[in-house]
Amino acid sequence: MNPDVQESTFFLALRRMRAPLITLILIYAVSVLGLTLIPGIDAEGQPTRMSFFHAFYFISYTATTIGFGEIPNAFSESQRLWIILCIYLSVIGWAYSIGALLALLQDRNFQNAVRVQRFNRVVRRLREPFYLVCGYGETGQLICRALDQLGMRAVVVEVDEARVSQLDLHGHSADIPALAADARQPEILKLAGLTHRCCLGVIALTNDDNANLAIAIATRLLAPELPALCRAETAETATNMASFGTRHIINPFDKFGRYLALALNAPAAYHLLEWLTGVPGTPVVPHRDPPRGHWLLCGYGRFGKAMVSALEQEGVPVTIIDHDPPPDDAQRHWVRGDGTGVPALLEAGVRNAVGIAACTCEDMSNLSIVVTARELNPELFVVLRQNLQANQALFDAFESDFTVVPSKIIARECLAILTTPLLAPFLWQIKQRGESWASTLLDQLTERFGWQAPTVWSVRVDAGQSPALLNWLTQSHREAALGDLLRDPHDRSRELACRVLYLKREDGSAAMLPHRHTAIQAGDQLLFVGRAVACGALELTLNNENALDYVLRGREIPGGWVWERLARLHGGPAQSSGGTKTNRAIARSP
Amino acid sequence: MNLEKVIFGFFIVLAATLNFGFFVGDIDNPVHHDVYELFAAIVVNLIATVLKFGDRTHIGAIHLSTSLVADLQLIAAALVWSYGTQVVGAGLTPETTAKVVSLSGGALFANVVSMVILIAETIMQKR
Repeated sequence: MNPDVQESTFFLALRRMRAPLITLILIYAVSVLGLTLIPGIDAEGQPTRMSFFHAFYFISYTATTIGFGEIPNAFSESQRLWIILCIYLSVIGWAYSIGALLALLQDRNFQNAVRVQRFNRVVRRLREPFYLVCGYGETGQLICRALDQLGMRAVVVEVDEARVSQLDLHGHSADIPALAADARQPEILKLAGLTHRCCLGVIALTNDDNANLAIAIATRLLAPELPALCRAETAETATNMASFGTRHIINPFDKFGRYLALALNAPAAYHLLEWLTGVPGTPVVPHRDPPRGHWLLCGYGRFGKAMVSALEQEGVPVTIIDHDPPPDDAQRHWVRGDGTGVPALLEAGVRNAVGIAACTCEDMSNLSIVVTARELNPELFVVLRQNLQANQALFDAFESDFTVVPSKIIARECLAILTTPLLAPFLWQIKQRGESWASTLLDQLTERFGWQAPTVWSVRVDAGQSPALLNWLTQSHREAALGDLLRDPHDRSRELACRVLYLKREDGSAAMLPHRHTAIQAGDQLLFVGRAVACGALELTLNNENALDYVLRGREIPGGWVWERLARLHGGPAQSSGGTKTNRAIARSP
Repeated sequence: MNLEKVIFGFFIVLAATLNFGFFVGDIDNPVHHDVYELFAAIVVNLIATVLKFGDRTHIGAIHLSTSLVADLQLIAAALVWSYGTQVVGAGLTPETTAKVVSLSGGALFANVVSMVILIAETIMQKR
């Protein structure tokens, strides 16, 4: 809903309270006035009139049904007659007013207006960096959960109210402000913090390409410096987005096509890539490598097209089964028919094929196709497209070789872009270095860290991310070797469970898998892979001068001015402070 | 002719006239100032305030604020009156009367501003 409309709804609500309020004022006025005019009797039995003060006092407690009795004197009969009328009038007046107020609070538009105001207030008060996530579907949920685990805030705009109310049930550790509104409207995006100074980027994940396009345009125009990550499922949208400079366009089908091409071409590189980009903590199961040979493909839609082009690029022959093949495509081998039926599969040569890809947009058709095909040829390598998360159980039960879940692919890609910008050049290098290099590296890494997807993070040597190290390098002009930096700040004889994959210098030069003697310089960017614990420990080293000194030199520098002075007087290693811990650490260090 | 406008103008003008009626006279002479007129002025002012609820234009906002000022002044006058006559119990002394009337004079000024806005708004109307 348009915020302008929101505001007017609010005023409309106020307007609707006019009649009940005026009724109440009139009832009070008439009652009080009558009471002051009607003759009464005072304590001595003399005729008197009630003052406005007493009349208002009496009406106030009578109208609110408190009823203290006849104050200050017992009433005359004519006063009592008037009071009967007042009581019924005031009851009606209050019933009407409260009824109107409750009806107003129940009003959908009014509630919506209140919700938008509250959302806007929460977003405006955000003082931490956050991502604006448009669309809380399957992908949006994955992204929000991952961002939450990484300790980053998110703001959600989702058109479907049911999904927004689901958000409360998902139990994130940080509060995620969410609004049920159409993200295609720029005003809504502004409300959700597009122009907020803490906004780190916009992630457009709605299942409508046009909506994503609208979000990309709005971001480009209203907040040009913000990166926008946009899902695009058709090539036209992707080109359109690219034409006005959208920085990251994610097409899940195209992405998977490239994965498959890599898997066909260089299985170890593919495994390494999958292991590095997995959702941290989830097991990555190494599956068998896709064979080269004759492939079948059912359903020539968006995904089908991406698959065919990937397979053809690798020089793998494909037979396509579809309901209506294009009449003038002589280059490819087409079979008209339904992939779920045996005749079409047989005609396409399923018995001699090595792989099959079920690419229709119907989950049940896809399952039916691969079950039938496996019965005809149990050795088939199966690529299965899963459209809905709800069908997860069925897809788990069928052991496919690849299950393509677009939402997961997008989520993974988004996270890789957001959290570790260095990962992309490293992954590109993997593809360049060749199969045996990737295979060796994969063996080393999985031997050390296991097949669970590791945590991948990057660090920049600057005042923001590593103030202690920067100080060490620039103020003290000392050296820091990479290997020393990766010692455990609690016990430096141990190494942290992480490894540097990629080092990018400020002058643009880069090193793959830098050696442990490499000297770190200010402005370096490092890509780490390892366990989450190591990430936390390294953060301590990079931020805390004492920890850094201990890690690099094996001693603890004294904290505080007095101890620092004492240490300087003594000269040499400061053993006066730190007590037993320092001594123990020095004794242990090699 | 718009019935809503008629009622709106009626209450604003009535609030000002009642207020003026209470205000005129010697400032410390209780005989010149009727408490019923003060009561009527308060009630009509409250109604005028509620009528101004929910207008989101700039002029509407100024209307509402002047009305709120008048309400505040008149209610303060009523409180002073109650205190003087009921709590102290000395009846309407010249001092109490002067206080009540001067407070209502402040309210009158706010009501005059309200009227001026009303007139300006009417003149600005093209039709």
